[in-house]
Amino acid sequence: MLDPALIVAVIVFIALAVYTLTGGADFGGGVWDAFASGPRKSAQRALISKAIGPIWEANHVWLILVVVLLFVCFPPAFAAISTALHIPLTLMLIGVVLRGSAFIFRAYDPDGTADGDHPWGVVFAVSSIITPIMLGVVLGAVVSGDLPINPDNGLVVTDFVSAWLAPFPILVGFTNLALSSLLAAVYLVHEARGNAELQADFRKRALIAGVATGAAALSTLIAASSGAPLLWDALVASSWAMPFQLLTGTVALSGLGALMMRKDDLARVLVMVLVVAVVTGLGLGMLPWIVPPDLTFTAAASPPSVLWPVLGVLGLGSFLLVPAFVWLYVLFKGSAQEGTSA
Amino acid sequence: MTDLLFARSQMAMSLAFHILFAVAGMAMPMLMVLAEARWLKTGEPGWKELAQRWAKGTAVLFAVGAVSGTVLSFELGLLWPQFMQWAGGLIGMPFSLEGFAFFLEAIFLGIYLYGWEKVSPKLHLAAGIGVLISGVSSAVFVVSANAWMNTPTGFELVDGVVTSIDPWAAMFNPAFPTQALHMVLAAFVTVGFAVSGVHAWFLLKAPDATAPALGFHRRALSIAMLVGGVAAFVQPLSGDLSAKHLAKAQPVKLAAMEAHWDTATWAPLRIGGWPDEEAEVTRYSIDIPGGLSFLSHMDPRAEVAGLREVPREDRPPVTIVHVAFQLMVAAGFGMMAVAALFGFRAWRTKALPLDRWLLRLVVASGPLGFIALEAGWVVTEVGRQPWVIHGIMRTADAVTPMPGLAVPFAAFTFLYIILGVSVVVLLRRIVFLTDPRTPAADGGSDHA
Repeated sequence: MLDPALIVAVIVFIALAVYTLTGGADFGGGVWDAFASGPRKSAQRALISKAIGPIWEANHVWLILVVVLLFVCFPPAFAAISTALHIPLTLMLIGVVLRGSAFIFRAYDPDGTADGDHPWGVVFAVSSIITPIMLGVVLGAVVSGDLPINPDNGLVVTDFVSAWLAPFPILVGFTNLALSSLLAAVYLVHEARGNAELQADFRKRALIAGVATGAAALSTLIAASSGAPLLWDALVASSWAMPFQLLTGTVALSGLGALMMRKDDLARVLVMVLVVAVVTGLGLGMLPWIVPPDLTFTAAASPPSVLWPVLGVLGLGSFLLVPAFVWLYVLFKGSAQEGTSA
Repeated sequence: MTDLLFARSQMAMSLAFHILFAVAGMAMPMLMVLAEARWLKTGEPGWKELAQRWAKGTAVLFAVGAVSGTVLSFELGLLWPQFMQWAGGLIGMPFSLEGFAFFLEAIFLGIYLYGWEKVSPKLHLAAGIGVLISGVSSAVFVVSANAWMNTPTGFELVDGVVTSIDPWAAMFNPAFPTQALHMVLAAFVTVGFAVSGVHAWFLLKAPDATAPALGFHRRALSIAMLVGGVAAFVQPLSGDLSAKHLAKAQPVKLAAMEAHWDTATWAPLRIGGWPDEEAEVTRYSIDIPGGLSFLSHMDPRAEVAGLREVPREDRPPVTIVHVAFQLMVAAGFGMMAVAALFGFRAWRTKALPLDRWLLRLVVASGPLGFIALEAGWVVTEVGRQPWVIHGIMRTADAVTPMPGLAVPFAAFTFLYIILGVSVVVLLRRIVFLTDPRTPAADGGSDHA
């Protein structure tokens, strides 16, 4: 008999991976808006704005899907996370609100467009940096295994600070920021096709972000040995640890190599594979916990009478959602769209 | 103030802010789709310009609605973790469905806003209808979860433990149909009147409302008033259904709305008045004998339960609920009256009425929808107190143990004030001000 809790948990991680690939990259776009520089400064900003304009709201819903699945299918996990990590979650939410509002305010300002001196442009850039850090901090704090549950009342034991204000979660935050920036840069190389100079700008940025991602990921791994022992054990001692490390390492290095050789399409695919690998590693590393060290996902799961109907809705909903999502991407990310009005 | 009060204030403020954008997300697509349909039918570019300008406004409102809605979905856990731990699975079905509806809304809106040149006109209109349908569905699903808090069903309680969860029974709880209908109509009334009010103001400001350059505002008024006016006429009927439902399911809430203290036959309908919660009487009201009995049970002699039926600690704050209810009803009937006058003049003149007195009334009734909307949510939310889940879990037992909740409350309040002001300033510039560089010169046949 299939365990519905396991299926939902897998879907949560798939949604998280898709969110990083889409919504995460939108935040990365904001990072490059912040660091726009050189003679093509405003062209860089205009490209970013045009690239994320039609899709960022749909991309953002993947995060909502993760939250909803969490509170519907694993209510005690949601309660524990949102109680103990109130502060980073609130900071992340303020970032979400400011990023979205500032982007739309700037995009629809008849005078402003993508001008960097636009006050909302500054807000957009800064909040695009803070939000992925905070999301990473939250993920890192959950993974770190510092959210024990009081067996008497089922509530999380927390001082609201120490679980997330620690080296490991903060390093996860910076890794997430670097990874989002890397994704955005390789996407933007693609978006800039037809403009070799602009492509070179973002290729250079992708390389910087790639090196930063590697450094951040390595520091995170080292910090995990004391900061997230469960993950550390899984990543160094489990049966899949070696192949996994080899795979992610190879993909990451090949991605950098492809960038340097200007194999842009290959680099983009490799970076996307890297993201999927990282999220998969995170998911496998956490099994069987959802909020370690006490809550397993089976213990936290809602009863099957809730899970099966939700899975049914997810399945049926996908019949509407997937074609619509694909249509959106084909329309705005399909080939030969240079020269059309944005 | 206690942390509980700050948590409640933050939730109330977040909901009050979000609801303004949520109703725009439901009703603005209706307005822009109607304008675009007129364009496809008549071929007059003025209708397309209107659809595009409204679409810009919708884009801004939807974005702020999306992010403030994200805040709410997290706040359920940030502020009320015990409630979510207890009820997360029970209210999961509508929230899961809402996730999909919101997803589709965001996708179709992206195609609608950025796809004017990319898809055929018919497909573009279809995307707009997609926004409308998914936007309304999304709101209906969220209301289902709120309705469940009013009439919790779909489970059994055995020694304080929830068993036998039936998510469909929880979703289709008794309060759902009336509450969802009332909410959707409220969205169309509110947005219809607010948009009418703004465009009527621009028509009033000009020396001659029939000037060709004002065709944009006349077209806008014709559609917005149609949507708002029709909804304003249907809304009292839906309110009546709600009252009859409350009489059965939440008699304490109904008694608080009417400030009705003693269980009695021939219960009066109170207009105005100020409840004295200490003395348990209501002063200075105009009473219609048997009115409440008739409205709740179709029989003026019927018995209606009063607030004294339950101990004080189980009663909501009566004054707030009663005054909010009076405000909502007054605003609702005010809009209905304006809609009736407008419809009468339109029927008599066989054209869009532009009498200055009537336009002034339309401007004045512009904010009434917002007042009714916010007051209505005060009625249903404060009226449910002291319960977060009616009869099952008290609000005080659901709150987070997190200290210092004044800080996030202050932060979000500050943030939302800035966003609110920015949205108003931006909408004025991109939607309502007709650009002097490209005058809308085709003012001829724009009468609805």
